[in-house]
Amino acid sequence: MTAATGYNFAYLDDQTKRMIRRAILKAVAVPGYQVPFGSREMPLPYGWGTGGIQVTASVIGPDDRLKVIDQGADDTTNAVSIRRFFARTAGVATTDRTEEATIIQTRHRIPETPLAEGQILVYQVPIPEPLRWLEPRETETRRMHALADYGAMHVKLYEDVARFGRIATTYDYPVMVNGRYLMRPSPIPKFDNPKMHMNPALQLFGAGREKRIYAVPPFTEVRSLDFEDHPFAVQSWDQSCALCGSTESFLDEVVTDDKGGRMYVCSDTDYCGRRRDRKEAAE
Amino acid sequence: MAMTAAADSGLHPGFADPGLDSQRVFRAVLEAMARPGTIVGLPARAAGPAPLDAATTAILLALADYETPVWLDGAADQPQVAGYLRFHCGCPLTADPKAAAFAVIAAPMGMPPLSAFNLGSDEYPDRSTTVIVQVATLTEGAPWELGGPGIRDGARLAAGGFPPGFRRWVADNHELFPCGVDLVFTCGDALTALPRSTRLEG
Amino acid sequence: MYVAVKGGERAIDAAHRLMAEERRGDPATPELSLGQIAGQLGLAVDRVMTEGSVYDTELAALAVKQAQGDLVEAIFLLRAYRTTLPRFGASEPVDTAAMAIRRRISAAYKDLPGGQVLGPTYDYTHRLLDFALAADGDVPWAEASDTAVADVMPRVADVLDREGLIEANPTGGGPPGDLTREPLTLPAGRDLRLQNLARADEGFVLALGYSSQRGYGNTHPFAGEIRMGEVTVELVPEELGFPVAIGTVTVTECQMINQFKGSKDIPPQFTRGYGLTFGKSERKAMAMALVDRSLRARELGEDAANPAQDEEFVLMHSDNVEASGFVQHLKLPHYVDFQSELEMIRRLRAAGQQLEPAPAGDWPVEGPRAGASVSQAGGCPRPAPEGQRQ
Repeated sequence: MTAATGYNFAYLDDQTKRMIRRAILKAVAVPGYQVPFGSREMPLPYGWGTGGIQVTASVIGPDDRLKVIDQGADDTTNAVSIRRFFARTAGVATTDRTEEATIIQTRHRIPETPLAEGQILVYQVPIPEPLRWLEPRETETRRMHALADYGAMHVKLYEDVARFGRIATTYDYPVMVNGRYLMRPSPIPKFDNPKMHMNPALQLFGAGREKRIYAVPPFTEVRSLDFEDHPFAVQSWDQSCALCGSTESFLDEVVTDDKGGRMYVCSDTDYCGRRRDRKEAAE
Repeated sequence: MAMTAAADSGLHPGFADPGLDSQRVFRAVLEAMARPGTIVGLPARAAGPAPLDAATTAILLALADYETPVWLDGAADQPQVAGYLRFHCGCPLTADPKAAAFAVIAAPMGMPPLSAFNLGSDEYPDRSTTVIVQVATLTEGAPWELGGPGIRDGARLAAGGFPPGFRRWVADNHELFPCGVDLVFTCGDALTALPRSTRLEG
Repeated sequence: MYVAVKGGERAIDAAHRLMAEERRGDPATPELSLGQIAGQLGLAVDRVMTEGSVYDTELAALAVKQAQGDLVEAIFLLRAYRTTLPRFGASEPVDTAAMAIRRRISAAYKDLPGGQVLGPTYDYTHRLLDFALAADGDVPWAEASDTAVADVMPRVADVLDREGLIEANPTGGGPPGDLTREPLTLPAGRDLRLQNLARADEGFVLALGYSSQRGYGNTHPFAGEIRMGEVTVELVPEELGFPVAIGTVTVTECQMINQFKGSKDIPPQFTRGYGLTFGKSERKAMAMALVDRSLRARELGEDAANPAQDEEFVLMHSDNVEASGFVQHLKLPHYVDFQSELEMIRRLRAAGQQLEPAPAGDWPVEGPRAGASVSQAGGCPRPAPEGQRQ
């Protein structure tokens, strides 16, 4: 029992944690495969990170240091709410610093600061099934994964090329993991896809409402789908960050007035803040 | 005092702090499974009954419960082991290796082939058995070169004390991917893992 | 100089304090007690218990109060509490034949042993706003009937069963599953379907049941019997080995009797649809019974082409805690995905291509699409050269 009286360490009871831990181990053993698990109701709504929270709650211990981001930022309301949840129910240390964290729970971004061995990145996943928009039935998509029958996804992407002259998918861009399973990376921008490939950190994905857990072990091949004549490419900007001057990070567009004024700032607040600190220190 | 009471009743104690010790042991197994071939020390232990190694005991305490049938090999299938697992884990024991979520091999030389266990199905490969093998050594055996997810440039594992043909079983198990069992090797209070995704090089 | 938006933590605290104040309302008005809610808003409490899967009027009343009467929010509160409860075991099946009846009607027989017992119901009331209720006033007690409710009231389905005119009650092998512990796998057995329907959103089940009546998979139902009252809950403790009564619960049960033309293996006979809820949730119990029968289409060799017969569609979308969470997660920031789409749409326009409307089912639609009008005014970034391939 912890500070938040009457609840277990990290909220979940031990039996639930064991069940989730077993699912995580199987997910690691079969990279990219979605393991069904007995997702529980959490005190936060479905679609707001219940999968990521259950994974984090099952992995986290008193020695961990947790970072939570949403849209790359530590200070967005949902990130604050989830960080507080763990500070309250597990009493663990929290941090904004990417390199200090042992566990990073994220929604929609991978930090700009490269991850290291020993770190765990936990993704919140709304829809885990990469084939869902092509085939709404679970019974069908399960069969397609069993047969590695992913032709439909290639056709879909090629229709983009035929119509737009390029693949028009910009986020939640499908990847092949370890050459076997088609996987949704969760709605991260495709800008982040290359970071998944051969990443030294363990990447865990939790979908609470859809009751699935999947994983990419460290140093695992993660290839974004593409075509020889239309290779995968990430977004880039002409602008640099208006705050830290970075030309290498993912930029959010901020509308500054109603006359078309806009500026671009780093989506990763820790990365941006650290760069500004270093600039100040240098001046 | 609990220790004495447990010893008097003939039952060995479980974890000192079941919640947190389970978490620590899980993280050790996760580390091993995510980085095949890496030898991980046991972060929390309980004095389980012979012939279970400390690492074997700790893994079962951390991960087995009433939802996971456990299969014991002839050497492990002792009344004190069965009693210990029933009391601390509440797990059903099964005589059918295909029904096992976890299998415990205390005497590898007499173990059945890996294909005797649940290999999962193409649609549900996660339903396969996790096979815990207590080995004579994790460092002094004939080295295997490993490749696959979790391994950057290459890894080497020198576990030993396997029955003849075991290396072939492991290679065949990998060929079944995404089906296949996942292996955890324990020795004293150290462990390492070979998930089905790991291939043996050379 | 632009300063990045900060202060999420303070904003959340302030918002919650404001919400608490709104919930309390005018402090000059007396605060609601849980007893008032349980006693005077009992049907709301019953719904929250049914869909929240916890039989506890006080907790359900608290949830209703805390949620300001938003029943879906109250159900969510109760469910989140339920998750943390330890389990002692499973009760024996409740015996609704032995129910202490408060209401019992059959639309299949004019009269039957035990008779029709109307009980407390809004049926046959004229739905005229009763302005007398707006003023404080005592309600006269309902007079007790001279004749007591019969001790023995056989269930209508059992009456038909004795003649062999209705299918034997289908029983699954083994103990029933529990989808709050195990992830649902398809096809699901009837045990899991009924559990799902009992927890399902009343509006969703009602609409599906209604659709089955309107030709989307008609099962020709008769309300064989609806009964409401108290049943005893019994548990068999391991150490005793025999059942012990641990309390009573109020339930509403609906047994629909449906036509069935027969198949090559089964002679023509009536078939069953079953609904059971906590408390007085009659609309839900009836709708549940319709959908239960519809979902048995495949098992009975009927065509299963309609939504109410589509197990995966029904089971995957019936839970209002799941549905409400996911619909409302669209409130969460999607800056990054939106930015990605914005960049793409500008690039496509800059390339001089006409963007056709995205087809339904396009990948991916999670998150807001960049469908909003895009200003081409100054400051719009020009397409940059594509980045390096990974």
